[in-house]
Amino acid sequence: MSTVPAQSPRTHSSSDRATAVHCRGVTKNYGTGNSTVRALRGIDLDVYEGELLMLVGPSGCGKTTLISVIAGVLDRDEGECSVFGKDFSALSSWERTRFRGETIGFVFQSFNLIPTLTIAENVSVPLLLNGVDRKAALQRAKEMLSVVGLGDRVNDTPNRLSGGQQQRVAISRALVHNPRLVVCDEPTSALDHETGHKVMELLRGVAMSGNRALVVVTHDNRIFDFADRIAHMDDGQVDKIVGSAKELYGPNMSAQQA
Amino acid sequence: MYWLALKMLFNDKAKFFGIVMGVTLASLVITQQGSIFIGILSRTFGVITDMNYPEIWVMDPKVQFIDDTKPLQDTKLFEVRGVPGVASAVPLYKGMIRARMENGLFQNCNLYGLDDATLIGGPGEMVAGKLADLRMADSVIIDLEGATDKLARPNPVPGKPKIPIQIGDTLELNDHRAVVVGICKGSRTFQSQPNVFTTYSRAVTFAPRERKLLSFILVNAEPGMNLETLCRRITEKTGLSAYTADQFKMMTVNYFLKYTGIPINFGIAVSLGFLVGTLITGFMFYSFTIDNLKFLGTLKAMGTSDAMLMRMILLQALAVGLLGFGIGVGAATLFGVSMKNTQLAFWLTWQLLVVSMCAVVIICMLAAMLSVRKVVALEPAVVFKG
Repeated sequence: MSTVPAQSPRTHSSSDRATAVHCRGVTKNYGTGNSTVRALRGIDLDVYEGELLMLVGPSGCGKTTLISVIAGVLDRDEGECSVFGKDFSALSSWERTRFRGETIGFVFQSFNLIPTLTIAENVSVPLLLNGVDRKAALQRAKEMLSVVGLGDRVNDTPNRLSGGQQQRVAISRALVHNPRLVVCDEPTSALDHETGHKVMELLRGVAMSGNRALVVVTHDNRIFDFADRIAHMDDGQVDKIVGSAKELYGPNMSAQQA
Repeated sequence: MYWLALKMLFNDKAKFFGIVMGVTLASLVITQQGSIFIGILSRTFGVITDMNYPEIWVMDPKVQFIDDTKPLQDTKLFEVRGVPGVASAVPLYKGMIRARMENGLFQNCNLYGLDDATLIGGPGEMVAGKLADLRMADSVIIDLEGATDKLARPNPVPGKPKIPIQIGDTLELNDHRAVVVGICKGSRTFQSQPNVFTTYSRAVTFAPRERKLLSFILVNAEPGMNLETLCRRITEKTGLSAYTADQFKMMTVNYFLKYTGIPINFGIAVSLGFLVGTLITGFMFYSFTIDNLKFLGTLKAMGTSDAMLMRMILLQALAVGLLGFGIGVGAATLFGVSMKNTQLAFWLTWQLLVVSMCAVVIICMLAAMLSVRKVVALEPAVVFKG
């Protein structure tokens, strides 16, 4: 596995950095009555600026629900959750949408690139949502694609790119409007080992450059070394927060354990 | 974002063409069938339009439409002329007559008897001859359709086209000799029978014997006279019904709408066009939205408001609507132009274009509504579910 890039902020302690995400006692239930599923059972979690936090745990443990609540795309039932001091539940629907558009970048497991648009147009979407005019947005998108090594493919549609290239486009789209928080849902699960590794290097190298906070949901223990901290979830709760995979699973950790 | 919405639509070529075809089909059927409907209805009052001279038509109170003549006593003409505000009043005979063809067959014709002195009510456009030639003995003017088709002589060579009637040819009208002195152009009638024009005095000799023969009195008002006021005055003074030309047209149209199956037949065709167009467009547009739901959810998660997504969908619907409408109306117009010299009744009016456009807008809005509901109900969190 490659070494983690030099700009890693893991040398900083939590106490000297501002909090990006603050969650206390967050709960979320799905369904009603006997069929209620308690997806989150009182989550306490902080994510700091300049930090890459990985959320790991078995399937169904609530990782995706938690990342959805943090990103403001899902309402929590109880508890507190704020992003850069803003509590989504205190915002109107329109304010919440605006805040999300300005502050949060998204990277999805299956990329979610619009197949009928070129990759430059895909990357320009967050800028358009933030009121940048089309020409300037496309220019900025092309610059961003150059940063991730796709400057010569700007007019291609996503279906002409490999999985790794598509994820690089998705990362460009997540970062183009300079968000302060980036949430990534299984960013490497659709990629082979080497490509996944490159994507994480890119995320760590490019995304972390602006003192951003990154929350990465993953099953992929091969990328755990890229994390500043790893929060392990089980049964709707964060049961451990550690600094490395070895602390979590011991020196002989395996994929099955993740 | 609107530009993006249009690109999403245009670049999904299969769906895009499917949706446009749906709208085109609806627009074509509504416009084409509507034009034929209006064309047929216009034939019911073509005579009133062609006789553009009279401002007021006076008739028996029981008359319901132009072909429903209930003869008046000739003295009624003088009563009408005596009504204050009437500048001129002339008689018009309108009836059916049988023309005997050279091959022994009979053809029913519309016979119009015009005022002998003024020839008011005569055809406006002559193809051959002059209106004044009606003052010659036994003279008649026939319309072009009759001259070239229904009254034309059979060709002695089998399979060859009929020989059109020309000036100087004779006809046998109800056992009376009639000499053709002119060919005129006029609106085709609802029954598509030839129109034969002659003087009033000659028409009543051609016509089958009846006690009363005066069909209508054509009136012109004095300058500055309100036509509706004059109509009321004529009715009060003579007991006859009097209508302005426009009122008489509407009365005729309303009769056909009320007492014939025309509106139902065309209504069914137009409704089917609307329904099929709505179903195809709605289904294809909904399917397009469903295919893009994941991406719309992504846009929603990334900060696109519901209002913006709705506007994007409406724009997409309007874009396909306008395109489909344009193609549909264009195709209907081409159809109309290609059928110009046939018997097909086709009249594309601007009002029909407005109706067709409204129908297309409704179709698109219905299609968009289905999609908008789905998108508004979409939880942005769905994007994290793979």
